[in-house]
Amino acid sequence: MIRLIRRRLAVALPVLLATSFGMFLLGAASPIDPALQYAGGAVSTASEENLAQIRANWGVDDPLPIQYLRWLTNLIGGDLGWSTSRHQPVGDVIAARAGWTLLLIGLTLLVVLLTSLLLGTIAAYRRGGLLDRGLRAAAYAVESMPVFWLALAAIAVLALALGWFPAGGLTDITATTTTLSDVAHHLALPVTVLAISQAPWFLLFVRDAVAESLLEDHVLAARARGLRGRTVLFGHALRTALLPFLTLIGTHLPELVGGSVLVETVFSLPGLGAVSVQAALGSDFPLLAAITLITTAVVLAANLLTDIAYTAADPRVRVDG
Amino acid sequence: MDKRDVTPAAVIGLAVAACLLVPVIWPLDQSAVALDNISQAPSLTDPGGTDDLGRDVLHRSLYGLRVSLLVGVVAALVATVLGGLIGGVAGLLGGWTDRILMRVIDTIAALPHLLLGIFIVAMLRPSLGAVVLSVALTHWLSTARIVRGELLSLRTRPFIDAAITGGASRARILTRHLLPHVLPKIALATTLMVPHAVWHETALSFLGLGLPPHLASLGNMINDGQRSLLTGAWWASIVPGLVIVTVTLAIAALAARWRDRLDPRVRAELEL
Repeated sequence: MIRLIRRRLAVALPVLLATSFGMFLLGAASPIDPALQYAGGAVSTASEENLAQIRANWGVDDPLPIQYLRWLTNLIGGDLGWSTSRHQPVGDVIAARAGWTLLLIGLTLLVVLLTSLLLGTIAAYRRGGLLDRGLRAAAYAVESMPVFWLALAAIAVLALALGWFPAGGLTDITATTTTLSDVAHHLALPVTVLAISQAPWFLLFVRDAVAESLLEDHVLAARARGLRGRTVLFGHALRTALLPFLTLIGTHLPELVGGSVLVETVFSLPGLGAVSVQAALGSDFPLLAAITLITTAVVLAANLLTDIAYTAADPRVRVDG
Repeated sequence: MDKRDVTPAAVIGLAVAACLLVPVIWPLDQSAVALDNISQAPSLTDPGGTDDLGRDVLHRSLYGLRVSLLVGVVAALVATVLGGLIGGVAGLLGGWTDRILMRVIDTIAALPHLLLGIFIVAMLRPSLGAVVLSVALTHWLSTARIVRGELLSLRTRPFIDAAITGGASRARILTRHLLPHVLPKIALATTLMVPHAVWHETALSFLGLGLPPHLASLGNMINDGQRSLLTGAWWASIVPGLVIVTVTLAIAALAARWRDRLDPRVRAELEL
């Protein structure tokens, strides 16, 4: 276990560092002048001396390696910088929004896991049946639909035509406080759309894994002992098929993060994904870089955690870290 | 050619033909605004309906498909070259180089690639080149893995030993014995990558970070259509989306069947 963690970190940390360096180089090569951007509308009246003063204050004329080291040490020290598009410390922007993104991703993951485990197992039990074929066809169709298009279609039908759900936002426009039922009502559609777009992959995996484990000896033995069909299916066949599922959740997280960026944008949710798009549109390097790096670190850490959970749950497994 | 290949092949053929021929058979200025004909539902004169500037949605979608497929194919090719080189180095050298490269690839695969793509495009300013670069840099991993795996398994085959014993040079073994085996797999991987590249491009364009807004790309159109959605003109974003779904589904189905033929042990489940 310790060895696994050590070997993983030995690769993950350099990759993270290389990512940060690559991002910094891209930012430095970008044609956007931060001083002009800061001056904003006042740029036509600002004198060259003032702009030079801003550049000197920010140290953007220093040699690149020095700028990079300063940025990195500040990041590690917890100073994430100043968001040029929102005129607010980056740390505050992230702190105010991270929770909503985590809620969206967490709820989606929960829905995806529960439905794919249930439906995948039933589909595997009746292989080639109507449910199995229907689910598989639907899964392949959904896999080729861009999630933002699915979201727009859901808004067009469920929010605008039928009026069952709000088309966006986190709370009602007239609401002055954030109540649980209001948020739940607003999150229902985004979570469902994101879950549907992520489910095919999990569903097909569960279906194949359970179908395979139904043919194994221990399932036959359980049948021979006269256990109920439901007990055999969920208690024996699904149980052995479950373990590899753990690591797959970890490897699928990047997709989930990408999907949440798009869904948050379509439904105008105040999460990290939507704000990173706004930062990108406003060429806000400090905010975009901080969100990208922190998300990357969190996803890598979650990957490591699922692998540790996997080895802990099944001592036979040796994940080659 | 299998009977089941006909539908997806016909869809792809039709899409490519429409992309190439649309300026000839449907000569309509795709950016001409007709303010007396805005947000009209699909009809005989405008089969896809019109958007909020009076432009035919189906006509623009075909132009969008041109751009999206071009970006998808170019990005997939760039990603294939990058992945082929890195996978080739890992597979040919083996040993420590291979182990380190594969660990690094596994870690890169765990990075949130849409965010990184957004970052690349945001810093380079939205343009065709930036989108291609952003898609290529995030999609080369699968090709690298495939090339590396193929090369590692080929290395141990007797015919390679025979070639070495026969005194063939390294270059000859690579070009005459290894490449002919690896190329079909690379071609398949590239084909399978095209739909992903198209999605990635559409996602970036949809966010306003992909191609410049005056270009009719499918993502730009879905983004524009968002405005019309609120006034009830659903076709402005649903029609371009349907074009993406149909074409990518056809490519995926055809590629899946092709993989079955290369590797008869696994059977694809995607049938149209």
